[in-house]
Amino acid sequence: MRIDCPYCGERGSEEFSYLGDADTLMARPDADRPDAAAAFHAYVYLRDNPAGRHRELWYHGAGCHSWLVVTRDTRTHAITVVISAAAPRAAGGRG
Amino acid sequence: MRYSIFSLIRQAFRGHAGWEPAWRDPAPQSEYDVIIVGGGGHGLATAYYLAKVHGITRVAVVERSWIGSGNAGRNTTIIRSNYGLPGNTAFYEWSMKLWEGLEQDLNYNAMVSQRGVINLYHSDAQRDAYARRGNAMRLHGVDAELLNRAQAREMLPFFDYENARFPIQGGLLQRRGGTARHDAVAWGYARGADRLGVDIIQNCEVTGFLIDSGHVRGIVTTRGVIRAAKVGLAVAGNTSRVAAMVGLDLPMESHVLQAFVSEGIKPLIDTVMTFGAGHFYISQSDKGGLVFGGDLDGYNSYAQRGNLPAVEDVLEAGMAVWPGLGRIRYLRQWGGLMDMSMDGSPIIDRTPVAGLYLDCGWCYGGFKATPASGWCFAHLIARDESHPVAAAYRLDRFATGHLIDEKGQGAQPNLH
Repeated sequence: MRIDCPYCGERGSEEFSYLGDADTLMARPDADRPDAAAAFHAYVYLRDNPAGRHRELWYHGAGCHSWLVVTRDTRTHAITVVISAAAPRAAGGRG
Repeated sequence: MRYSIFSLIRQAFRGHAGWEPAWRDPAPQSEYDVIIVGGGGHGLATAYYLAKVHGITRVAVVERSWIGSGNAGRNTTIIRSNYGLPGNTAFYEWSMKLWEGLEQDLNYNAMVSQRGVINLYHSDAQRDAYARRGNAMRLHGVDAELLNRAQAREMLPFFDYENARFPIQGGLLQRRGGTARHDAVAWGYARGADRLGVDIIQNCEVTGFLIDSGHVRGIVTTRGVIRAAKVGLAVAGNTSRVAAMVGLDLPMESHVLQAFVSEGIKPLIDTVMTFGAGHFYISQSDKGGLVFGGDLDGYNSYAQRGNLPAVEDVLEAGMAVWPGLGRIRYLRQWGGLMDMSMDGSPIIDRTPVAGLYLDCGWCYGGFKATPASGWCFAHLIARDESHPVAAAYRLDRFATGHLIDEKGQGAQPNLH
């Protein structure tokens, strides 16, 4: 697998570390909401785990040190979109 | 037909023309008492014990492909019960006890070989951790021996004991551990279940579930609707996909794990070794190939194949502990899909849908668990209550905080 980092260009996946489902992990619940226990259970443990298109967080540790949101097909490992995680991260309340 | 030396001799004189198929190939009936989804080792074992222990014989095992085509045929065949936590030790020991009587019970040669499993340790702290785990095992009646460096060297003479970074200081040995022939386990359970009346329905993919006011009524498949009041899912690797059909979100990611076999060589290693300073384990099959593996590739995958960085990582770990491996050519590799649960331990439990049961989350460790998984899942389905040795494998343990985190690393889907 090769990941086309928006800052460094196309690099082998061994330069990156994987974290997981971007849409779950970038939407940390508000700890003050009344159903916070259930929301944090879902945030920490539950995953959609789709067979197909998956938006996921990768960290370019051996490159520019940026967090990326990579859209990849989990059935084929084909990567279609790579963007910086900065904008969606801010939108998800993790600025 | 019962297998024995006499049946073998009889068939030898007839040119082996009289062997019958080991199981039937029935068309699905319209209704069963229990349907097991997934014809791997766990699903077939569940059907076998439902019929044998609980007397429930109107059972169907439905399999998308052919039986044993998933992880039952994609593992490294290791059996062991060297677990340290209360929720695990009794379960895996029950599995080991079932392995010890499996071939006589099934009348099938599963090539169970108790050649021992050694976990090497490389530091004082790791020795202490292994001593603690060994003591926990012995307190549960499981065999464990802590070996020093000289004892380890006697069993594994050709490893790199002078490695400056990761010196081998000894190992934790479970002599009753070993290997079994993975395909034969699936076939043996299939034959045993079939002889008790279970229908094994291959090339039959589940596409949906019949649910009526919160209770499962059956399944929709590529070969039609099959009704049953109880349905068990034993589809590790694909559990999230199947559970999504009934709207269940699970604490699970599917990951790919690769394993490797070398060219066939004369007997070289007569036990199962795991490297404690990197992730690498190796044994030798009866055909002579070295069978080895290591870490996950590390990203969600349903592809049943991995990538080269993980291959390099595994082989580097192997070379670190056993430099002689470099003279042996590796022949082939494969990838299997792991249900990686968020604490590294399995789930055998009910679901919010009445009559629908889950057996999943086996991470790397499903093969050794096959007999006990089938035994406990059959118990759960037949009696609607957890078996005592599997009582900790609850689906709600992530919400209640009763995690079974054998590795002690917290919530992440890349544990054992």
